[in-house]
Amino acid sequence: MDLDRLEQDSEYRWRIPPAGKMRVPGVLYGDREQLRAMDNKVYEQLSNVAALPGIVGAAYAMPDAHWGYGFPIGGVAAFDARGGGIVSAGGVGFDISCGVRTLHAGVQAADIESVKSDLANDLCRSIPAGMGRRGSIVLDDQQLDAMLSGGARWAVASGYGDPKDLERIEERGCIADPRPEYVSDRAKHRQRAEMGTLGSGNHYLEIQKVEQIFWPEAASAYELAEEDVLVSIHCGSRGLGHQIGTDYLREMVLAAPDFGLELSDRELACAPIHSDLGQRYLGAMRSAMNCALANRQIIAHLARQVFDYRVPKAELSLLFDVSHNICKAEAHVVDGQERLLHVHRKGATRAFGPGSDQIPAQLRAAGQPVLIGGSMGTASYVLAGVSSSEALALSSACHGAGRSMSRRQARRSFQGSRLVRELAQRGILIRSPSMRGVAEEAPSAYKDVDTVVDISDRAGLARKVARLVPMICVKG
Amino acid sequence: MSAREETRTWEHFEHEADIGLRAQAPSREALFEAMAAALTAVVTEPSLVRPEKELSIHCEAPDDALLLVDWLNALIYEMATQGMVFGAWRVDLDGQRLDARVCGEAVDRERHQPAVEIKGATYTALAVEKLPGGDWAGQCVVDV
Repeated sequence: MDLDRLEQDSEYRWRIPPAGKMRVPGVLYGDREQLRAMDNKVYEQLSNVAALPGIVGAAYAMPDAHWGYGFPIGGVAAFDARGGGIVSAGGVGFDISCGVRTLHAGVQAADIESVKSDLANDLCRSIPAGMGRRGSIVLDDQQLDAMLSGGARWAVASGYGDPKDLERIEERGCIADPRPEYVSDRAKHRQRAEMGTLGSGNHYLEIQKVEQIFWPEAASAYELAEEDVLVSIHCGSRGLGHQIGTDYLREMVLAAPDFGLELSDRELACAPIHSDLGQRYLGAMRSAMNCALANRQIIAHLARQVFDYRVPKAELSLLFDVSHNICKAEAHVVDGQERLLHVHRKGATRAFGPGSDQIPAQLRAAGQPVLIGGSMGTASYVLAGVSSSEALALSSACHGAGRSMSRRQARRSFQGSRLVRELAQRGILIRSPSMRGVAEEAPSAYKDVDTVVDISDRAGLARKVARLVPMICVKG
Repeated sequence: MSAREETRTWEHFEHEADIGLRAQAPSREALFEAMAAALTAVVTEPSLVRPEKELSIHCEAPDDALLLVDWLNALIYEMATQGMVFGAWRVDLDGQRLDARVCGEAVDRERHQPAVEIKGATYTALAVEKLPGGDWAGQCVVDV
């Protein structure tokens, strides 16, 4: 990206001044080097988002932003329904409510070293991952609707997990106002045999070790200590979310002229929040959010079963579960006024600062845990939401490293089986049915997650609490 | 399944997070078939797919670009719900209506080494056009 096209607000905050059809500025977070390396498409896409009706404040790009479809990945934008604001299916994406759930294992790294290989094999066997692998849970029509209405609460009531898990999940495990009747039969059919499955691509289940603590007070509130073992699950609403995205994107593209929307990119297709289409999409999308929460709840349950057998002294308890592809109605202070906004976070994590009633009571003083996934050979992070993020980016932070290399280029540059061997030599066990998939997910195909997280911390978007390194990674 | 196979070409183009599909062919029908081959290649090598089961696909859209997205999304849906990959396609177009027969087989994880599931076809960088020389060209980014 050409820095001459940006105005610099502060060391890590840059601005695209409103021009042409832009209603608000674009705001990017990053240092010079990161922004120079960022694709010009991020500039273009952020400017397009800034031109959408009813946008409030600015269109934001997190430090891990990269070229997406419609919105940039790592994009945040909020819309006011009373000001003609819109909801965009492309602004949420296909992977609705993709997110990260992290659990304490209640043991230390040394406790699992001797069973690591068996643990990896059992997790791989028990948790379906990758294309063509279905779950053992097949839901009928009634069960599907109950799952879409109840989210993780439905999963717990169905025997997958413990009621106390719900306290540590965004929205206490169930998103309000889901409307399963607005989810197509095709979307439901696509999900029927996918409950409790990880999917593929950058989705994973990892066993991690806390390598370093940066902020002891927050780590203490989060009950994190060096050498602790954690289990992190990264996945979303699976086929159901993908099909809801497909269905509503098409409908919004076709309806755009009726709403008087001139779209520079059809992928920006959207509908006024108060329109029938906008409301139907929100109801369907909230159902998909519940599907994602139920899915991560079931996967956690499957992981618990494996740990019960292989590491009996382990007890898996939730640290937190937060999504990074969503649109949610949230109250934010903009220009000194509290307003109810529909916040789109596409590849960005909600990061509420200390005191928010949206944070579980035991964690409230420290701020909301912000869970950042890395690639299978690098690191993941736990950050804490900070108050400064509200004014900077509507309480949002990065979500991961972001790719630096296309899948095609990664496939040409790396060999899956060799990567698996090299990582095993470093003590990281990879279990995946597809060596081609492993090559495409090579750690070097991603940006440096340490830098992305450092910039998020220094920019005031969230504060570093702990760095986690992988011990086992199950991928699709 | 198609005699048009030799005259169509496809490739994947660079997209940071996802995968771009691009193709060129002497007819609109052949272009849609080439884009389907490019779609399969996101998951596995199309030449590895055996034509064991045949399905019919029908879609209709207001313009060629939307029809391409609908076609790719119909294939993605069948791949997801049937657990299949496809290696042969026969597309017939009548205006903006598409009727296709597609051949493939159930995913064999050992043989196909499926890299990723495809979530959906996007409208970003989407195009279908007739080139000055008479060929048809198209492109689409798919989310993986």
